Amino acid sequence: MFSRAYKTAVTLPPLVWVTVFLLIPYLLMFCYSFWSVSPSQTIVHSWNFANYGQLLRVGVYWQTLLRSMWIAARVTIFSLLLGYPLAYFLSFYAGKKKDLLYQLVIIPLWVSYLVRAYAWKTILGSDGVLNTLLQYLHLTKHPLEFLLYSPFAVVLTLTHIYTPFAFLPIYAALEHIPRNLVEASHDLGATPAQTFWKVILPLSIPGVVAGATFAFVLSLGDFLAPLLLGGPSGIMISNIVVSLFGAAYNWPLGAAISFCMLLLVVTLLVFSERLEKKWSFS
Amino acid sequence: MTTSETATRSADTPAQAPLLRIQNVAKSFGKNVVLRDISLDVAEGEFLTILGESGSGKTTLLRIIAGFESASAGEVWMGEERLDRQPPYRRRVNTVFQHYALFPHLTVEQNVAYGLRVAKRPEAEIASRVGEALEKVKMSAHAKSKPSKISGGQQQRIALARALVNRPRLLLLDEPLSALDANLRRQMQVELKSLQREVGISFIFVTHDQEEAMVMSDRIALLRSGELEQVATPREIYGRPATAYAAQFIGHTNLLKVEVRAGVVRCGLLAWPTELPDGTAMFSLRPENIRVATGNAALPGTVRIRGSVRHRAFHGATELIRVECGDGTVLVVRTPGAGGALHDVELEFSAADAVLVRESPERI
Repeated sequence: MFSRAYKTAVTLPPLVWVTVFLLIPYLLMFCYSFWSVSPSQTIVHSWNFANYGQLLRVGVYWQTLLRSMWIAARVTIFSLLLGYPLAYFLSFYAGKKKDLLYQLVIIPLWVSYLVRAYAWKTILGSDGVLNTLLQYLHLTKHPLEFLLYSPFAVVLTLTHIYTPFAFLPIYAALEHIPRNLVEASHDLGATPAQTFWKVILPLSIPGVVAGATFAFVLSLGDFLAPLLLGGPSGIMISNIVVSLFGAAYNWPLGAAISFCMLLLVVTLLVFSERLEKKWSFS
Repeated sequence: MTTSETATRSADTPAQAPLLRIQNVAKSFGKNVVLRDISLDVAEGEFLTILGESGSGKTTLLRIIAGFESASAGEVWMGEERLDRQPPYRRRVNTVFQHYALFPHLTVEQNVAYGLRVAKRPEAEIASRVGEALEKVKMSAHAKSKPSKISGGQQQRIALARALVNRPRLLLLDEPLSALDANLRRQMQVELKSLQREVGISFIFVTHDQEEAMVMSDRIALLRSGELEQVATPREIYGRPATAYAAQFIGHTNLLKVEVRAGVVRCGLLAWPTELPDGTAMFSLRPENIRVATGNAALPGTVRIRGSVRHRAFHGATELIRVECGDGTVLVVRTPGAGGALHDVELEFSAADAVLVRESPERI
């Protein structure tokens, strides 16, 4: 048994951390979301729901929120479509090359996000690698404008950045499937394809849910990719929050939007945790 | 086919065409040779046990038959069909895995139905066959449970039902009882054996437990370091072990290293006549074939020796005593458990009970 003093010493630092850097800021943000800004640019501490009302009334806010969710949803789908086959191949068929390939998937995570986002800018721009190549090959006459400063660019970049996050939990789930279950399935007459649909996929659902949650939540709150590559049509909700807290100096409205996003994300996390539990059998 | 027919037939050694024929199968993993030149036939309806210590290659042999490993050399035939070229899902062979390998996301019922579902049998047939199979292993009450909610013994039965419901021609069992505790294990041995009689399917049962092998099998294939040491009925392998290893591995025995000269076997003070040529030889003498001598003179064909009792081990109905004879030879003797103090005894055995065995060379 551990002494009381020891237990306190171990639990106190994280508790202080969570309180100072999470609970208090969230509480402050929550309070701000009910306040308002006076014409003389000072915060008025009067409580009302005006900010939340504005959020629903002014099209640009909820439309941007919906667009952000749509972008995040596409990123999630593409990350899963890329991450799952990769994880499946690595876990079941890579043999001795498994560790090497695993490292190759992980390495991009060690490279700064900013660098990777800029790399896409270089690739997709009108004088970028891709357009230059296409024109050089005479496939196009003029640079393709939709490549950069569009939702397409944002989805592409975020998919590139978050696929490893989707891959990792799927890979872990696949690695945890006892191989004798696969053998049992073959033994009972199931072809490899039947085995995949009836045994491997169902048993890897917790990993898929975790990977999807990562990809969705991380890309929903992203503001760098839309800032660098999104252009006016690729703006996401975080960009609005940033400008509300910055140039627009409307902290209360920014706080209200942030709080809605927080609520959305927490709901998602709770939901995905339930799903994972429902599909885990150990 | 009635139960008695199956029973009579399975008691015989393989008659005409065997169900499964393993021909010169060898397997190595890199430089590690796991099986060398295994040839073995399994008859229709036979209960064959592959017995061996861990590392003897018995599980590998089973996995080659099931199709999870491919043989480095040799062939496996089932009737007219070359089995070792088929993927596991095309073989009419089913396996009961060591740790059952039940699908955790499916209910007991769905587990049993799995093979029929992937074979796309009509639902009505699946329902009736699954119900039947669950009844056979007395698990109908747990049909809707998840495997994690039932005990080890019950999981074992489900694994059995899941395999048998497909009516395979051959059932492979990889140490299926090793995870159960001793009592349940004994009970399952009996159940498994009677189930096998009932369904009339050939069983290949892998175990490291010689007692289990003796209780259940029609024939035992004793495997040692990747080679077959002896293939015979339990009675034969116990009564007439071919090698010193077989004699030692199955039951207790005394191994006597003897010298033969001019028609007489000699081992220390022991001596009896023989027809063997001169040289050295090895005999196996079971503890129960030695008794404490009564009466004055040795009868013809019996051998007598004096010794003192060094150790007694109580085994319920009998006692195993270690007797050190005058020449230093130690004999283990099974006697009716009489208890009492350690004392000098005169031992007696019939020369005919000493079985000539091949010396097993040490293998690494």
